[in-house]
Amino acid sequence: MSRPKSEHDSVALAFTDVSAVRGRRLIWSDGNFEVPAGGIVALIGANGAGKTTLLHMILGLVPPASGEVRVFGRKPGEDNDGIGYVPQDYAATAGDAIRARDVVMLGLTGRRWAFGRATAAQRQTVEETLAAVDATEFADRRLALLSGGQRQRIAIAEALVSKPRMLILDEPLASLDLRSQGEIVALLARLHRELGVTILVVAHDLNPLLSLLDSAIYLLDGHPHYATMTDVVDDALLSHLYGTPIRVVHTPQGEMYMRSAP
Amino acid sequence: MTTQLMAIGYQQDWWTILASPFMRNALIGGTVVALASGLMGYFIVVRRNAFAAHALAHMGLPGATGAVLLGIPPVLGLAVFCAGGALVIGALGKRASDRDVVTGTTLAFATGLGLFFNSLATKSSSTMTNVLFGNLLAISHQQLIGFSVLFLVLMLCIGLIYRPLLYSSINAPVAEAKGVPVRALSVVFMLLLALAVTMAVQAVGTLLLFALLVTPAATGIMLTPRPSLAMAISAAISVCSVWLGLGASAMFNVPPSFLVVTVACGIWLVVWLLDHRGRRVADVLDHPTRPGSVAPAEPAGALLQPKSVDSGGSRTPA
Repeated sequence: MSRPKSEHDSVALAFTDVSAVRGRRLIWSDGNFEVPAGGIVALIGANGAGKTTLLHMILGLVPPASGEVRVFGRKPGEDNDGIGYVPQDYAATAGDAIRARDVVMLGLTGRRWAFGRATAAQRQTVEETLAAVDATEFADRRLALLSGGQRQRIAIAEALVSKPRMLILDEPLASLDLRSQGEIVALLARLHRELGVTILVVAHDLNPLLSLLDSAIYLLDGHPHYATMTDVVDDALLSHLYGTPIRVVHTPQGEMYMRSAP
Repeated sequence: MTTQLMAIGYQQDWWTILASPFMRNALIGGTVVALASGLMGYFIVVRRNAFAAHALAHMGLPGATGAVLLGIPPVLGLAVFCAGGALVIGALGKRASDRDVVTGTTLAFATGLGLFFNSLATKSSSTMTNVLFGNLLAISHQQLIGFSVLFLVLMLCIGLIYRPLLYSSINAPVAEAKGVPVRALSVVFMLLLALAVTMAVQAVGTLLLFALLVTPAATGIMLTPRPSLAMAISAAISVCSVWLGLGASAMFNVPPSFLVVTVACGIWLVVWLLDHRGRRVADVLDHPTRPGSVAPAEPAGALLQPKSVDSGGSRTPA
């Protein structure tokens, strides 16, 4: 990541008095928080709490109903290459008609008008990105023929190829088997360490990610909050958040996981 | 032998028929329509707009028969109604597959309306048949010029929006997040589709249009995952279908639309059979175990320090 440093480089997200409205319904309000750059942040909340709306706001797809959102000091949507986005249900459509490699290339050139051949430099970037996520081996296959874990790697490559400062992943572990989950978690840890990219993850099941996360944005009672993971992993808070009794269990081996309390 | 051939309508003077001016118009017109179909087909398949394309063609029917009532050229009515339908479908924004019922209902109503207009005008029954089944052999000089202009417009537009259109077709959520104007592109694409449908309807008709606009593209996609190559293959198959269809229609005095459609569908069927046998073989080679099973063919060893975080994956979910 060789971008010029500015005073905004230390703050990834800044929300000031932000509220979100969908249709005429107020989804959440009083969003006031700052997320420092360089962390691995979870975005959690019950179904319908407005996680997707918050994501879309960061991506510049939904304007805030009030208040101000800043992403690395800029308006959302101004620096589209600065954010890499891995949606839920990646490649649920159209994956049969294109090679995995070409989708990653589109992450780099898909916004440019006109028909055009990729330059050698662009191809090199795609190669490097594929290698960074260990996807070189299956990059020439059709997207639809890849396994869930392989497809998720391609999705991450597509998001990374424009060298973003922040990676946003929506339920990246959903519908993956345990082994693939572990591999994607390891990949995220490595990308975070090697590229210094800020990572924002939406996840319902936090357990596979707990070892990585250092903080979380959580949507509680119609307001978004930001706190470090130590404060979030709390029986009372999580139970309130999900509306069901949840207990955080610490094992003698020093591991920690959440489970619904009987 | 000759009598047997006569029985299925063999015409010994077929070479003279092929050389005649109306056949020349049919060949040139059919070729231009085929090229346009090849260009659009890939996107139609990838965007899952096949049903919308089919519906658009039907929406053109009341346009064409209504135009006869008003005394204006049927093609104009066809084009206006197709474009109107395209704007509505495009503006609705969501994928056609999500609104099967709305599209299908509109399709049925439009076809009924076309029939009604046709019954009002006594002389338009030939228009009705031409719109429903196309009439390559009646393509006029004027139509040829129209086709060529439309094809140029299509090529120019697709060339101009190629990469964003491809991106939004393949992966709309990410393209949108990247700032690609996904909705605007969807409207533009539907308008271009209306142009292509207007052309294709004149060649093979509303009812058979699918075979020229969608089937060759689906064949191309089975043969290659490279978008531009798939488009080229799809155009080549369309052109082949038109040529073979016209040639055979000159030989056997059978409606060319039927033969064009038969060739396109035949090629699709052959490739589909080969592909489905071949793909299974390829899958077995590529995945010793099927995707989704416990041990996918992924290079787990290439990961750095997988064990330090791997334990997270095996915890009991909350």
